[in-house]
Amino acid sequence: MLQADQLTLQLGGRPVLRGIDCAFATGWTAIVGPNGAGKTSLMRVLAGLLPASKGEVRVGGQPFAALGSRERALRIAWLPQQAEVSGELTVREIVHLGRLPHLGLFTAPGPADEAAVDAAMAATECSAWAQRRLPELSGGERQRVLLARALATQAPILLLDEPTTHLDAPHQVALARLVRRLAQRQVVLTVLHDLPLALHADRVLVLRDGRIAGDGAPADPALQHALVRAFDGAVRIDTRGTHPLAVPALDD
Amino acid sequence: MALDLTVPATGATDHSRRRTLALGLAAAAALLLTAGLWVGSEGWAWPAEQAALIVGQIRAPRSLGALAVGALLGLAGALAQGLFRNPLADPFLIGTAAGASLAVVVVLAAGVLGASAATQWFGDIGLAAAAFSGALGGMLLTLLMARGAQHSLRLLLAGVVVGMVCGAVADLLVTLSPQAMRGRQFFMLGSTALLGWHQLALLGAGLALALPAAWRLSRGLDALALGEDTATSLGLPLARLRGALVLLLALATGLAVSQAGLVAFVGLVSPHLVRRFAPAPHGYTLLASAATGGVLLLGADVLARGLLAPLELPVGVLTALLGGGYLLWLLHRRAG
Repeated sequence: MLQADQLTLQLGGRPVLRGIDCAFATGWTAIVGPNGAGKTSLMRVLAGLLPASKGEVRVGGQPFAALGSRERALRIAWLPQQAEVSGELTVREIVHLGRLPHLGLFTAPGPADEAAVDAAMAATECSAWAQRRLPELSGGERQRVLLARALATQAPILLLDEPTTHLDAPHQVALARLVRRLAQRQVVLTVLHDLPLALHADRVLVLRDGRIAGDGAPADPALQHALVRAFDGAVRIDTRGTHPLAVPALDD
Repeated sequence: MALDLTVPATGATDHSRRRTLALGLAAAAALLLTAGLWVGSEGWAWPAEQAALIVGQIRAPRSLGALAVGALLGLAGALAQGLFRNPLADPFLIGTAAGASLAVVVVLAAGVLGASAATQWFGDIGLAAAAFSGALGGMLLTLLMARGAQHSLRLLLAGVVVGMVCGAVADLLVTLSPQAMRGRQFFMLGSTALLGWHQLALLGAGLALALPAAWRLSRGLDALALGEDTATSLGLPLARLRGALVLLLALATGLAVSQAGLVAFVGLVSPHLVRRFAPAPHGYTLLASAATGGVLLLGADVLARGLLAPLELPVGVLTALLGGGYLLWLLHRRAG
């Protein structure tokens, strides 16, 4: 369980998050909102990368301050929006870094670590490039490697900031399926710009101007209404099918 | 996922390149050490008289000392480039070289070691200790200005400022005390000429401390290569890790410059050569850069002694020429 209590964040004197109060349990939550709504900032505060100006984050009931950095990393895995690229490490060596919270700097990896790396690479289908390096891969392929690095941590909470960036349609669908599978046992939060994909999550959290503008299941009419309002009517929700669909309101 | 993207694995090649480099470096070190015993003030010749004294007390410790100084500089270069995530980072960047240089000038200008000190400073532990203290002082000043080691860019900029200020103060002192000029120049050029068994013991102790410590911190450098946020999210205590790396960098650089002056380019070029031939995680890169640095400086030392014998070239000039030439070639290749 991940909980945010009255989170407030100011960056450069500008309020970015204004009293975010929410809790995340096992399942997939998609965080959506227009540019500048505070989605990535919220993820960074939840990951412990940015200290909140006010309020606190709790993991399993314990405040961040009570957890050491390694203990926090064992519980929360984070995939950044844009990761830096290292040319020296092979794909497998990068995925192996996901085991750092378990190993620290001084313990040698054992069979359990190798198995976790194998499983993470198999889940994101990057085993075939195990010995290649990031600069040799496309943007989508890199994203899958970095996702494998996050999965290798085997943390119960996964924070994925725009995991579908650079992915083509087949891999977006594959990722959504993977996230769904993971969310059966883990807390998975994804920041998504792809609203149709976001509406496949168990829960959608809509942010606007640093505040929660909507929170609920995709089928919830109140959530759909909040979503349309947050995007100033630029999208509409088509509820005629079996699943609500967000479409651009081009003809409205 | 649906797509099958099978790519030939290059793992075997990676391992084979890493092994080839290690074996090549070991062979080059053995060959150059042998050459180092044969070359002296009379050129490429085994001494006709007092061979045990000349080879045992001068050529052997000098050659091994060059290997050790180069190894410390190569290690420091790989640490600096990993820490600053910049392939052009030099171990002399964080105020160590400027601090050591200033300390040497202060001692020389004050005349603490007497008039002849300018020509024999390498043999004097007092001046070496001053250079080492200066290197650590320069690093501490840099850390103070950067308000710790948390921010790489701030650290880098503080290092540049400390370098400029220390350089200006040293220039002023040399203007006021011209007798310090020659010693300063000798220090700036770098030299392995006066490395003896005593200095070698110090350098060896430094390497014995620095190499395992660097290797143990190498996984932190691997994580840093993916960005500071990623490293933090992996539970690394970034401030402490950076502090330890800076300390190690200062120790390796300070010890090397205290014994051989400012030998240029070895620290910058060694990690480049390693990464170019055998890209690998930092655990390997750090150790291989140390070995490459050792071989480079020993090679330059042998050349400096043998190329125009009996005239001995300043080894720092040779490393600057070779290192600068390599970087120019690299730039030209990239531009092409």
